[in-house]
Amino acid sequence: MSVAPMEVEEAGTDEVVIPDKPWVTIVWNDPVNLMSYVAFVFQKHFGYPKEKAHKLMLDVHEKGKAVVSNGTREEMERDVEAMHGYGLWATMQHDE
Amino acid sequence: MVATFRKARKGGFSVTFNVTEDRVLLHAFTEMLELLGPADEGVEADPLAAAVGIGTSTTAPDDPALARLFPDGYTDDEEASADFRRYTEPGLREQKRSALQAAVGMLGRPGERTELSEEQAQQWLRALNDTRLVLGQRLEITEDWDEMVVGLSDDDPRLALFWIYDRLTYLEESLVQALW
Repeated sequence: MSVAPMEVEEAGTDEVVIPDKPWVTIVWNDPVNLMSYVAFVFQKHFGYPKEKAHKLMLDVHEKGKAVVSNGTREEMERDVEAMHGYGLWATMQHDE
Repeated sequence: MVATFRKARKGGFSVTFNVTEDRVLLHAFTEMLELLGPADEGVEADPLAAAVGIGTSTTAPDDPALARLFPDGYTDDEEASADFRRYTEPGLREQKRSALQAAVGMLGRPGERTELSEEQAQQWLRALNDTRLVLGQRLEITEDWDEMVVGLSDDDPRLALFWIYDRLTYLEESLVQALW
């Protein structure tokens, strides 16, 4: 026995189920936050070694933004919230 | 002498403010608390949601300084940004308020050495940084703000604000160095 596939019209609202691609947290450059502070926050929140925290800070400063973490959407929401708590300008998006 | 945060020999941190620094900081932090508004915003609209820390606001605040403190969580998704804001802004607002209140609570003793725990130092760091973010937004500061100052006339009222911004920057830098 088998079940006939049902023909259901899902007018445009159906979402193609794609594997949950990694999400990323992006920190954007701004003219107020101190370079030392930004590196300190990266070390403190993410637990990155000083060198990595410093390198990420320089990326933000010189390139205008940097991906500072990746993971599930929920994890990135927590990271972005923490960055906003520290006063850093952060957003999250699908990794592309 | 200019106030500087230092690592204390027996652990923790210390700072001594003179009368002027003490009063200016108190004034700046009090204005920040007024800007952030009461902690219970949104309670009337939905008391149950407010009780569990869910807010009612779904768009960035109109005041650009507040919008800087509570930015959107997504650049390209208004709906997701609105949801993110409802779940995070009340908590963030409370976090920022309590850091400022903690800092205010340690002021009022000019000339005396104030000792800070690691946690208190972290609260000072957030209070100083948020205050600089707001001041920086009000002054429309750029990375070359020295040049902005050079271009101001002697009687420009913003000169004094730039001076305060500069002092806060020095203080914050000393605190980051002490913490790190």
